[in-house]
Amino acid sequence: MNEKEPLPLVADLQRALAPDRVRVSPLELELYARDASIIAGRAEVVCFPLTTAEVQAAVRVCRKHGRPFVPRGSGTGLAGGATPIGDPVVIVTTKMTRILEVDADERVAWVEPGVLNLDLSRAVAHLGLHYAPDPSSQQSCSIGGNVATNSGGPHCLLYGVTSAHVLAIEVVLPDGSVAMLGGLDPEPAGYDLRGAFVGSEGTMGIATRIAVRLTPLPPAVRTLLLDFTSVDDAAATVSGIIAAGLVPAALEMMDAEITRAVEAFVHAGFPEDAAAVLLVEVDGLAAGVDAAASVVAEVGRAHGARTVRVAADEAERALLWKGRKSAFGAIARIAPNYYLHDAVVPRTRLVEVMRAVYDIARRHDLVMMNVFHAGDGNLHPLIVFDRRADGVLERVMAAGEEIIQACVAAGGVLSGEHGIGLEKRDYMPLIFSADDLDAQARLREAFDPDGVANPEKVLPAGSRCGDLQKIPEGAWI
Amino acid sequence: MSALERFAAEVGAEGPVTVVGGRTQWDVGGAVDPAAREVRAPSGVVEFEPAEMTVRCGAGTRVKELDAALGEHGQCVALPAWEGASVGGVLAVGRSGLRRLRLGPVRDALLEARYVSADGRLIKAGGPTVKNVSGFDLCRLLVGSLGTLGFLAEVVLRCRPLPAVSRWFAGEAEPFDLVHRLHQPSSILWDGTTTWVLLEGHPADVEDQARLAGLPEADGPPDLPAGGRVSMRPSSLRSLTGRRATFVAEIGVGVVHTAEPASPVAAAPEVAVLNRRVKQSFDPTGRLNPGRAA
Repeated sequence: MNEKEPLPLVADLQRALAPDRVRVSPLELELYARDASIIAGRAEVVCFPLTTAEVQAAVRVCRKHGRPFVPRGSGTGLAGGATPIGDPVVIVTTKMTRILEVDADERVAWVEPGVLNLDLSRAVAHLGLHYAPDPSSQQSCSIGGNVATNSGGPHCLLYGVTSAHVLAIEVVLPDGSVAMLGGLDPEPAGYDLRGAFVGSEGTMGIATRIAVRLTPLPPAVRTLLLDFTSVDDAAATVSGIIAAGLVPAALEMMDAEITRAVEAFVHAGFPEDAAAVLLVEVDGLAAGVDAAASVVAEVGRAHGARTVRVAADEAERALLWKGRKSAFGAIARIAPNYYLHDAVVPRTRLVEVMRAVYDIARRHDLVMMNVFHAGDGNLHPLIVFDRRADGVLERVMAAGEEIIQACVAAGGVLSGEHGIGLEKRDYMPLIFSADDLDAQARLREAFDPDGVANPEKVLPAGSRCGDLQKIPEGAWI
Repeated sequence: MSALERFAAEVGAEGPVTVVGGRTQWDVGGAVDPAAREVRAPSGVVEFEPAEMTVRCGAGTRVKELDAALGEHGQCVALPAWEGASVGGVLAVGRSGLRRLRLGPVRDALLEARYVSADGRLIKAGGPTVKNVSGFDLCRLLVGSLGTLGFLAEVVLRCRPLPAVSRWFAGEAEPFDLVHRLHQPSSILWDGTTTWVLLEGHPADVEDQARLAGLPEADGPPDLPAGGRVSMRPSSLRSLTGRRATFVAEIGVGVVHTAEPASPVAAAPEVAVLNRRVKQSFDPTGRLNPGRAA
């Protein structure tokens, strides 16, 4: 097999990059056939550029051979955004890992797309700065991937999601040209193409250099853990905190199942008999933080919180957050597979939507856990299962669809931070009319008139014209 | 027929047309072809749920009136509340007010937009929740597009809590040092001699920060020179030191208000190509705000 003459496409890529950074072995193609979602596709070839010029060269080779390409970061996405469809070239940016420049005066860092989210915060911590968006996967997800999916994270409640922290992006466009979108000045000329590119899931090109805003570490932080004997009370507390005019830095909920799983995993002292716990963080200046922490405790008690634990020091705070952020690791001990949903509902509707979501799981006889960004109404119902069990996947998928429908019925949206990818593509008509989708397709078309960048993602087929098809050919679940 | 449908019908699908807000920034982006028909977006608060911290209103609503309604519940929107300015107008122009250092750019305030497309259809972009990545971010594309891609009809905006206290301070101080010494000041202005600082938040924190700034209390910000508006990298504002011309610079932000008109800045050629393609894709016949360019 190794003796075989490589395909002209592969040979051209090898010439453009380097032979060892263009891979076609079945094992590697299998590795890149999916992201963290449960949808698999097929890559024709996987390549690892190191520079903007190499990304550009790879895209040009794709165009020459009439192949689509799929940009890919660390592959932690849960919506199938990086799943290769249509025998594409997968262009992986994980080897572009340099932090190019840190300007502490201007609070801006230029990074390559493969820089891991947490690595950037670690690299600038000594300057009293951090990169605010903090997805739970921040140890392994890349900033290029964060840009593609407009990632969130617990602290995005106060600080805003990725788009609020990206100032400029150097992009290799689908025609192989390079453009700098946005700028370091506050009001760059022209349309906000930077804003349009963030969250476009690789359908408008590949980010090769990114200027992100760095945020000063807050002078004071207070982290509280509240526990409740009912999910309703915890959810009502969330609405109550927002209604009190407070925007905490983070406001997370974990239900009984996940709290027990996490406690067994990290031993942070989470109450194992609680029906739900809230992890709330307030930050800023000392007096404001004190006042806000009092409001949180007060609202919690008014809604029946059994205990309000305040982290005594940074070590305790770190432990509580470790519990929250390792929730998905903890689940691996319960069942081999999980399907994590991501939808947003108005935060005043949390109580009723949570009830509906649990009810759906019960009806489908599935184990469900909830650990999510309650403060912005971003639900993450998580179904744990063993896919080897007969018919379980069908039930998981059916429950998933009902959950999305329940969220949309409550005035919510399809995704808060993971994007649409392939998984939710065909749900788009639940919240957008044909005219709305046509408008989005027009934007895509302006960047990628030939539809070669990450085809089949985000918009259902036929959004602009042509026929509708369901799951694209070549994908299997 | 709803107000939105009436507005869409009024915009229609043919002939040059322009949308008028409060005319407070009417000259931005160039003069509109006088042949263009004038239309006005619906106004008024449609839905405000204080516990949601979001508000839905007609794009023709005056920002000041919106803030007054929200203020009764201790909230506001992060849009500049210039006298007479409309919500749709400030979004379409995209220029921020003096509190950008704390509140962020105008583009981060818009959650959902219903707009009328060049072919007269009502289109929804974004969604009503504070967090949403369902589909492409047309909302950010619309902010600052000067009504050349679609006319805003109704919007959902993120609300912000009103600060407990809000106090201006002014005096001679090194502004580039202050922006690092203070935690999240709401505004720092500098005219080459005097520095103005807006501090907001808990009364005790504002008191502490004021001591740190070492500046006496002031009545408010200075009058801004209204000749031009320049967008500079925040770090390059230092180059204004010693400049004789009249200016007020927003430290940490990079907006400079100048007495003389600012010369227009052109986008880089490869970006200009994309801008043209976007315009062509959304308004192929160029009927929306003809003569104006973002």
